[in-house]
Amino acid sequence: MRALAGVHLTDWRDQVFAVLKAAEILQVGYVPDAGHARLIELCRDDPDMRAVPLTTEEEGVALAAGAWLGGQRAALLMQSSGVGNCINILSLTKTCRFPLLMLVAMRGEWAEFNPWQVPMGSKTQAALELCDVLVYRVERPEEAAEIVTAALDIAYNGDLATAVLLAQRLIGAKRWVK
Amino acid sequence: MIANDPNLDRRLDRRSAMRILLENRGDLLLVTGLGSTTWDAAAVGDDDRNFYLWGAMGAAAMIGLGLAIAQPDRRVLVVTGDGEMLMGLGALATIGVQRPPNGHYGETGMQASHTAESVELVAVARACGFRETFDIIDEIGLRDFAARLNNAATTLFARIAIRTDEPPRVLPPRDGVLLKTRFRRAIGAE
Repeated sequence: MRALAGVHLTDWRDQVFAVLKAAEILQVGYVPDAGHARLIELCRDDPDMRAVPLTTEEEGVALAAGAWLGGQRAALLMQSSGVGNCINILSLTKTCRFPLLMLVAMRGEWAEFNPWQVPMGSKTQAALELCDVLVYRVERPEEAAEIVTAALDIAYNGDLATAVLLAQRLIGAKRWVK
Repeated sequence: MIANDPNLDRRLDRRSAMRILLENRGDLLLVTGLGSTTWDAAAVGDDDRNFYLWGAMGAAAMIGLGLAIAQPDRRVLVVTGDGEMLMGLGALATIGVQRPPNGHYGETGMQASHTAESVELVAVARACGFRETFDIIDEIGLRDFAARLNNAATTLFARIAIRTDEPPRVLPPRDGVLLKTRFRRAIGAE
């Protein structure tokens, strides 16, 4: 990975950002989320990336399709609750075989303090797989960059939809508890 | 009401409206929402640079945004119905923040929906940050808007009132992979 200003490659979040840069991701759609805060900050600060805040996650699936129609690669950052918002729009991705990378910060699965997060969090992977999205999961910081790279490769080499679930244990369950 | 008197109704029929928008399209890239605007674009003439939606209701405007960001040197026009726009209404807020200077949105209406009651889409667009908005009720207005497509300095939003006719359907290809791939080839992205 090449050096990037302000990026600390000892942190897995920064490593994921470096992977997005290396893969020439130029548009990043996101719904503001604490689990993705560092990655969003890095994308927003990057002069070559267009970080696009969304009102709902399904906008990001359409944004990524439009980006690809125009020859650019996009990535989509969301929380697990947002996956449920994407069910119908993923028919666009599948029918047209648009490449797609979704990075999903998990909630409702590890020491979750908010029971409202559990119904969607516990069904996130199943919902994605029902829509024929290839799902990968990161549990440990040292595997994050490699797994995101693998998902990007298969998405853009095979015109396939992929999602990388970032485990709540990885992001840090304590962060949610006050 | 004007709408009920055919002699006073200056609104365009939907297909003429699409024809005027695309008359001098140049290298304009077009995205249409599912249903009528897709048939209308096909009726004007199929083109590799048209990306027709056959589903994914609510997606048209955001596809246009991703495309406009990716292709800053080309003009991008999204034409969709008011119902399709309503389903993805948050997109107006998202686009209002980005405002790519090459992205333009035309919205047409037919069936009874929120826009027939209290919802003013032009006012929504303006409140979301669109600086140039148009409420078009006749051919003169539409021709003026179409002329602006080639030299606008900001994202435009237009509501185009149309007559509630239903011309015969003209169906473009519905193979999504074909539509995607021919579009990308046509603009040199593949």
